[in-house]
Amino acid sequence: MTSERPSLGTIRVVSLYDDVMSVYADRGNLLALQHRAAVLGVGVEVTRVSLGDALPVEADLLLIGGGQDREQRRIAEELVTRGPKLRAWAEDDVAMLAVCGGFQLFGHWYRDGQGETLPGAGLFDVTTVAPGPGWARCIGDVLAVSTLDDVGEVVGFENHGGRTYLGPAARPFARVEHGFGNNGADGTEGCVYREAIGTYLHGSVLPKNLPLLDHLIEAALRHRYGADVRIAWEQDLYATRAHHAAAEVARRRAPRFEGVARP
Amino acid sequence: MAGEATRRLGRGGGTALPGLVARTLAPSLVESLASQPGQGLVTVTGTNGKTTTTHLVAAIATAAGMTPLTNRTGSNLERGLVTALVDAAGPDGRIADAASTLGLFEVDEAALPALFPRLRPRVAVFLNLFRDQLDRYGEIDSVASGWARMLDAGAGTPTLVLNADDPSVAALADHARGPVVLFGVEDRSVALTLAEHATDARFCACGARVKHEAVTMGHVGWWRCDACGRSRQAPQVFARRITLSAESSEIEVVSGEEQATLLLPAAGLYSVYNALAAIAAGRALGVPLATSVAAIAAAGPAFGRQERFEVGGRAVRIWLAKNPAGLNEIVRALLAAGRPLQVLAFLNDGIQDGQDVSWIYDADLERLTPRLERLTCAGARADDLALRFHIAGRTPDETIGETGPALDAALAATPEGGTLDIVATYTAMIEVREVVAAHAGERSYWETAR
Repeated sequence: MTSERPSLGTIRVVSLYDDVMSVYADRGNLLALQHRAAVLGVGVEVTRVSLGDALPVEADLLLIGGGQDREQRRIAEELVTRGPKLRAWAEDDVAMLAVCGGFQLFGHWYRDGQGETLPGAGLFDVTTVAPGPGWARCIGDVLAVSTLDDVGEVVGFENHGGRTYLGPAARPFARVEHGFGNNGADGTEGCVYREAIGTYLHGSVLPKNLPLLDHLIEAALRHRYGADVRIAWEQDLYATRAHHAAAEVARRRAPRFEGVARP
Repeated sequence: MAGEATRRLGRGGGTALPGLVARTLAPSLVESLASQPGQGLVTVTGTNGKTTTTHLVAAIATAAGMTPLTNRTGSNLERGLVTALVDAAGPDGRIADAASTLGLFEVDEAALPALFPRLRPRVAVFLNLFRDQLDRYGEIDSVASGWARMLDAGAGTPTLVLNADDPSVAALADHARGPVVLFGVEDRSVALTLAEHATDARFCACGARVKHEAVTMGHVGWWRCDACGRSRQAPQVFARRITLSAESSEIEVVSGEEQATLLLPAAGLYSVYNALAAIAAGRALGVPLATSVAAIAAAGPAFGRQERFEVGGRAVRIWLAKNPAGLNEIVRALLAAGRPLQVLAFLNDGIQDGQDVSWIYDADLERLTPRLERLTCAGARADDLALRFHIAGRTPDETIGETGPALDAALAATPEGGTLDIVATYTAMIEVREVVAAHAGERSYWETAR
C-alpha cells in the first residue's frame, strides 16, 4: 500500500489503552509520530492494546496517555499484572512515552484523595499522592528544559491533581521554568528511566516538541536494529512555529517557577 | 442599570456586570426574582447545544402564548442569570407580566448544581455530556456526579428532560423526583459507520463498560450495560426518520401520540438533537407538538450558530466549535454539502475558549482535509491549528493570527457566489461575527441578540 519504501526501517509501536487513556488528546502523539516517521523514512507498525488484550511479543516504542480517575482505576488493576513484562521492556531499552495518568500508573503507586493506594506498574521510581480537597489541581501552560541534551526546551499543558515525587533511581525529564511540574515544589517535570520517559505534558506533547519526537524514534530504531542510528534533522516549520507560540504563551501567562529545592 | 452604563461606555456588552453588582448588593436576589415567573422556570444544560436549544424553547414558548425571559447572550453563569432577571424587573423589584412569563435559562454545566436549588426549575433539560475545557471543568465524571447529587438533594419535583441516547445523561432518570421526558433518535440510518475518536462516557454508573450497538455521535447512541442491565430506554419524543442535507434537515417527529414533520433550517445531526430537546421541553410545558414544530421551523439560528450572512456577493456561514464532539459534528455537517470547501478556522485560547488547545487533536479533522479547497488558519493559536491540519495532511494556504486580515484574505480567496465557512472557538466567533456583521451592515452583537 505504501508508495515509498521506508529507508530507515520500521518500528513496532504499542499504543496502550488509547481508547480509554486519551482524555487530554494524547492521541495527537500517535498522529504526530506517524506523520514525522513518514517524513523521516521510518515505517510504523501500530498495535493498539486495550483492556484484556495481550501485549505483542515485542515492541520498540510504547505510548500511553492519561484517563479519568474511574477509568484509571480499572487500568491500574491490569497494569499491575502487566508490570513484569513492561519492566522487562524498559530494562531492554524499549522507548516509552507515558503521559499524565500513564506516567502516574507507571510509578510504584498512586494514593488517591481518600487515602486509597493503587499499585502501579513499578517501572519508574516515582510515587504520586493526590492531596485531596482544598488543594488545587496543577493546571496551565508549561515551559521546561529537558535534562536530555538532544531534546532541549519543551512546551505543553499540564492538568493533574496528583503530586509526583521522584525516588533515588529516577531522574527528572525536565526542569520547570514556567508551570508546576511534578509537584509544584521541587521544579522537576516528569521522569526518565533508560529510554522510558514519563511526563505531565500534553498539548499534545509530541507534535510541537519535534526533538523529543525524534529522540523517541531514534531510540525505537536503536532498539529494533541495534546500531547507533542517527536521524538527520528535518525542518518542519509548522511544528517549530507552534512550539514557539506555545512557549510564548507559557512565558506570558504561566507563573515562573520559583521553587527553591532543586535536586 | 449597570448594563446600560457599561454598554454606553463602550466596554463590551455589559451582560454580566449588572449581575455582579446585584449579587453583591442583594445576595438573595436570585431566589426572590426566580420565584416570580408565573409559568415557572426552565433550565437548559449540557456540553453542546445550550444556546440553540434555549433559543428554540423560547420560540416554542412564545408560540404557546408565554413570555420567555432568557439570558440570550450565552452569559450562563450566575451573574448572567441575575442580569437577565434584574433587567426584567422594574424599580419595585417586580417582573412585569409575571403571570405569562417563563424563566428560560441556559446554565453552564458546572454552575448548575449551585443554582439549581435557588432557581427551583419546573423543567430541567439535560442535553449531553462531552469532554470540554477540562482545564476549567475538571473531569467529565465529576460533572455527571455533581448533577446526580444536585438532584438527590432535591429542589421541588422538576420534570427532567433527558437525552435517552447519552448514557451519562439518561442515568439521571434514577435521580428524578418528578416526571421524566426522554428524547432521542430512532433512525439508525444516521448512525456512524466509523467510531469517532472523541468517545467519553465509556463506563456505566455501575462501573462496568457501556457497550454501543451503534452511535450517532461520540458516545451517544444505542447503548447498554451488560453488567447491571441498564440500557437505553425508548424515548417519548423521538425522530423516526431523518434526512440530512447541506443546509437543513427533514425530521419525522413523534411525541407520545402526536406526529409531525419538521423542516429544520439547520444542518447536522447535532441540530436535530437540539430540536428534539426543545420539543421535549415543550411537551413538559404542555405545548402541542404541532405548535412546537411550527415555531422551530420559523426560528432563525441562534447567535453565531450556523448564522448566515451575505458579504460582497459571498455567502458566509459561522459555526461555533468549542470541543471535539462539536467540531466533529460540524465536520460532518460540512461534508454533507458535497462540494469543495473554503474554510477559515479560528483557534483562540482565552478562558472562555479553554486555555488548553490540545482538544483539536481529539477531533477527526482527517475527514475534512480531502474536501478543503482552501484553508486559512487564524486566531491567537493559529500556529497550533496550522500544525494540526499539517499533521492531518493538509497544509493551510495561509496562517494569519489577526481576525480582520484573516477574514479579508479568506473572503478575497472565495469566488463570488461561493460560500466561506468560518469555524471558530467562542471568543473568536464573537470577534469575527462582529466584523462579518459589520460588513453585512448589521449592528453589534448585544443589540441584535436582545
